[in-house]
Amino acid sequence: MSETGIGATVLRREDRRFISGRGNYVDDVNRPGQVYAHFVRSPHAHADVKSIDTTAAAAADGVVAVLTGADVAADGLGGLPVGWGITSQDGSPMIEPPWPIIAQDRVRYVGEAVAVVIAATRNQAKDAAELVAVDYNPLPAIISTQDSIKDGVPQVWDDAKHNICFDWGFGDADATNDAFAKASHVTTVDLVNQRLIPNAIEPRSSVADFDSSTGEMTLWCTSQGPHAVRLLLGAFVLQQPEHKFRVVSPDVGGGFGSKIYPYAEYATCCWAARRLGVPVKWTAERSESFLTDAHGRDHITKAELALDGDGRFLGLRVSTIANMGAYLSAFAPLIPTYLYATLFAGQYTTPAIFAEVKAVFTNTTPVDAYRGAGRPEATFMLERLIDAAAKEVGVDPVDIRRRNFIAPEAFPYQTPVALLYDSGNYGAALDKALELSDYAGFEARRKASEAAGKLRGIGISTPIEATGAAPSAIAGQLGARAGLYESAEIRFNATGNVTVFSGSHSHGQGHATSFAQVVSDKLGVPYENIEIVEGDTGRVQMGMGTFGSRSLSVGGSAIVKASEKIIEKGKKIAAHLLEASVDDIEFSGGNFAVKGTDKSVNIAEVAFTAYVPHNYPHFTGDPEADKNALEPGLDEQAFFDPLNFNFPYGAYVCEVEVDPDTGVTEVARFTAIDDVGNVINPMIVHGQIQGGVVQGIGQALLENGVYDQGSGQLLSGSYMDYTMPRADNVPNIDSDLTITPCPMNPLGVKGCGEMGTIGSPPAVINAIIDALSGYGVRHLDMPATPQRVWSAIREARPAA
Amino acid sequence: MYNFEYTKASSAGAAAEALKADEDAKVVAGGMTLIPTLKQRLAQPSTLIDLNGVDDLRGITVTGDTVTIGAMTTHDTVARSAEVAKAIPALAHLAGLIGDPAVRNRGTIGGSISNNDPAADYPGALVGLGATVKTTKREIAADDFFVDLFETALEEDEIVTEVSFPVPEAAWYMKFPNPASRYAIVGVFVAKAKDGVRVAVTGAGPCVFRVPEMEQALSSSWSPDAVADIKVSDDGLNSDIHASAEYRAHLVTVMAKRAVAGAK
Ligand SMILES: Cc1cc2nc3c(=O)[nH]c(=O)nc-3n(C[C@H](O)[C@H](O)[C@H](O)COP(=O)(O)OP(=O)(O)OC[C@H]3O[C@@H](n4cnc5c(N)ncnc54)[C@H](O)[C@@H]3O)c2cc1C
Repeated sequence: MSETGIGATVLRREDRRFISGRGNYVDDVNRPGQVYAHFVRSPHAHADVKSIDTTAAAAADGVVAVLTGADVAADGLGGLPVGWGITSQDGSPMIEPPWPIIAQDRVRYVGEAVAVVIAATRNQAKDAAELVAVDYNPLPAIISTQDSIKDGVPQVWDDAKHNICFDWGFGDADATNDAFAKASHVTTVDLVNQRLIPNAIEPRSSVADFDSSTGEMTLWCTSQGPHAVRLLLGAFVLQQPEHKFRVVSPDVGGGFGSKIYPYAEYATCCWAARRLGVPVKWTAERSESFLTDAHGRDHITKAELALDGDGRFLGLRVSTIANMGAYLSAFAPLIPTYLYATLFAGQYTTPAIFAEVKAVFTNTTPVDAYRGAGRPEATFMLERLIDAAAKEVGVDPVDIRRRNFIAPEAFPYQTPVALLYDSGNYGAALDKALELSDYAGFEARRKASEAAGKLRGIGISTPIEATGAAPSAIAGQLGARAGLYESAEIRFNATGNVTVFSGSHSHGQGHATSFAQVVSDKLGVPYENIEIVEGDTGRVQMGMGTFGSRSLSVGGSAIVKASEKIIEKGKKIAAHLLEASVDDIEFSGGNFAVKGTDKSVNIAEVAFTAYVPHNYPHFTGDPEADKNALEPGLDEQAFFDPLNFNFPYGAYVCEVEVDPDTGVTEVARFTAIDDVGNVINPMIVHGQIQGGVVQGIGQALLENGVYDQGSGQLLSGSYMDYTMPRADNVPNIDSDLTITPCPMNPLGVKGCGEMGTIGSPPAVINAIIDALSGYGVRHLDMPATPQRVWSAIREARPAA
Repeated sequence: MYNFEYTKASSAGAAAEALKADEDAKVVAGGMTLIPTLKQRLAQPSTLIDLNGVDDLRGITVTGDTVTIGAMTTHDTVARSAEVAKAIPALAHLAGLIGDPAVRNRGTIGGSISNNDPAADYPGALVGLGATVKTTKREIAADDFFVDLFETALEEDEIVTEVSFPVPEAAWYMKFPNPASRYAIVGVFVAKAKDGVRVAVTGAGPCVFRVPEMEQALSSSWSPDAVADIKVSDDGLNSDIHASAEYRAHLVTVMAKRAVAGAK
């Protein structure tokens, strides 16, 4: 292993720029003559918009235009598209309501835009926005996920009876019912997976510039995948042809899923720029981020596990209501379906599984993928349910998992919920987690805590997830309206250095470092001679973007494929230079050598020759001679479409200390063992896992998107009330890896970006339940805030 | 924010005069509350009168039995003051629990008490120690200074110049922070002084309040057990997504117990 190749801990090259304040974010982009957009947003969760009077605003200082939904309609713009279709159990398609970029006639959640003011300065736009007079007729709103399907509640969409977008079934209902019929024990858990608000550190932003002389639109926007934004906004909303539409996402300051989607504000900037002939800029304020970034999670679930007399799982039956919010965000239907129920086998051999998911509309901000997206919800359900079952049947939580693990020799393993697991050794990861966490020493630590008046508990979870989306053909069968490959181009320059263009787009993951390590390793080019380019449809050929922990396994594999093409062509050039047969050329460590000789040529020289082809296998026009001819240049493209998802897994152990007087929970220890296949840069992998664990602890203990149930106002709409995890909320996280190479891609890698977020919440809650076991507490909903824990203790222990 | 005029005050008196002359003017101290309020367009002052240049509003003086802190003294200065830590450790401890380092480096004691946020920490110390607030017009006992939610005894054109704290025999402050904002959900300040015991509670109600039952119990026996069974009524206490009135009432007892246990 070289110091900068695959497997090496290389400091992230992008960090110098970020740490020294030289990151280049969308809000840093300024165009000559640009004006600013400010949105007038609904203060009502549900209301008819009777009229909008823009006269005063239009006459205010600096105002260029005030545009409303009526202007959107008049200009014939399309609505925001949905990228995944789901079919209900009765065969009917999901309800797909129109989502205009500015509301027309009715608003359906607090924060929905009803008008946009465009002015010379931000402050002028804001001043004028206060002058836009909107006459609302407020309507009753439905906020609660639980109540949304009840009779007589307000309806968000006329077409969606009982507010149901789709009612989806998955798995084998009959086999599952049979399993329950012969079970010796059934454990049931009712749980809530609360709404989360993503909170990327960089707020969303866009700048649009339209050149009327060429018809070209350039949009700078905060995006995890600018090609997808170009396709979706261009084709569906703006009718801006792809070849005249460039989308650039420079540095992106975090996304966690929330920057996947083609947002209305981006489209509005483009439309306004085209209409007004000036560049238009918008940057969200933090309150707008809270109200309008796609939210995450928000499920209510009843889960039942059937067990035999030995604690073996016979069947799993799950029924979930998933809140979509007021409109269907781009990938919203996918999250509580194929990214959720397909994970229900977990690491276990449960033979029969059936899931029912009702997706519902409510008068709340739309919900979509948020770090983990469906898989944290699946894992929380399963790992809580298993712990509850273990308690009920009197088996140790470690033993019950071991009894049901898929054996290492059973791979590839077909689960009853569609997925074919690639590889794994679940028992080994658990062994390592128990050892690293000193599971055996817990009792002594519990006693020490008890002596200090604290309740100590230990909890485990053994999560699995599916990353590296996806085989396009399978995704298509399941409702995807796009392909899910990734693309790469490796361009040698004449001087031997390399520019790599990737369709992935880092929003914090360190691609510029890891990808350069891969290329350096594969092509033997010094690491510092490799530049990674992402995030610009004008430079990168094509891309699907970064989400679902796919960049390395899919985008990285495309890079490997492109490097193989480089080597293949390089061999031909080298053979010519070395006067040998192509079949005799071997490539290794950056050198092309003639087998069994000391004759060799470096790839830099080959590149030079390719671009300065004085001595070259040129085309001559003679078909026979031209069989060995070559085009100049050393520049290869590849697309990689995986054969399967890949399945990282882990074993997590959490220890908490609860203060019974206040209900405060402190995470005392946290151990995360993950298997993400081969590792390119261990430091980055550990960073991803630890960051993910912190985010999961955030969900377990702190974060909660709370609406007032009557008015639909977001009560946790600022950092005064929305609790982000901070450094003092988490212990040092002990993370380590087991390595089981993935057979599904040339790098042998699996995704690592979401594991921590997926695996940690149930470990934390299981630990709290364990700490409170003396009080007979069976379940706690997230976030386990001090008040919730205190109430649980008090309810279990009636006042003396 | 809306546009406003900006002036620098030369003295507290001049600032008070300016307030008198323009009822829409406001003084700005650390700006930690005022500036966010302006950014959210929740206030529209005509003029901001900046107190930051008024040096004699800044500083800490400790004489035998009194600690006097100038209105423009930052939380960080109080938290790090060796003199305060020696005379009234609970006060330095409290200042160090306010917000985060950035907030403590800008926020001032004068701004904090004039604002009288129900979840602010300093009101607990002022009432708990029986402090006196000195203004450009008069001296006001802490018990009379804090009137109600965001309301003080200050008149429109009156400026806090300093706060004097009598040095107690023992005191401590226990804060149960709001997990998100880190302001106090409940903060209990206990002090034992020559003229009696005080127990002041901030965060729990609309305004800082004392708990006479606890004060009596602690006067007879200065020990955590003395307050362990004393519950405040949850009637009228704050309730929000983080803590119900009932939970706050419970925390008052727990924090009081711990404050007594920690008193120095
Ligand atoms: C992120 C954050 C966290 C915080 N956490 C806490 C916390 O945990 N506990 C806590 O107690 N506080 C907290 N605060 C508040 C902070 O402590 C400041 O003390 C408080 O914001 C006011 O002080 P200031 O000097 O910034 O006043 P300013 O914001 O400048 O002024 C506040 C108000 O007081 C008036 N005013 C200022 N000085 C005087 C004066 N001398 N006489 C009369 N009127 C005056 C102003 O006109 C204004 O109306 C927090 C603030 C922030 C931003």
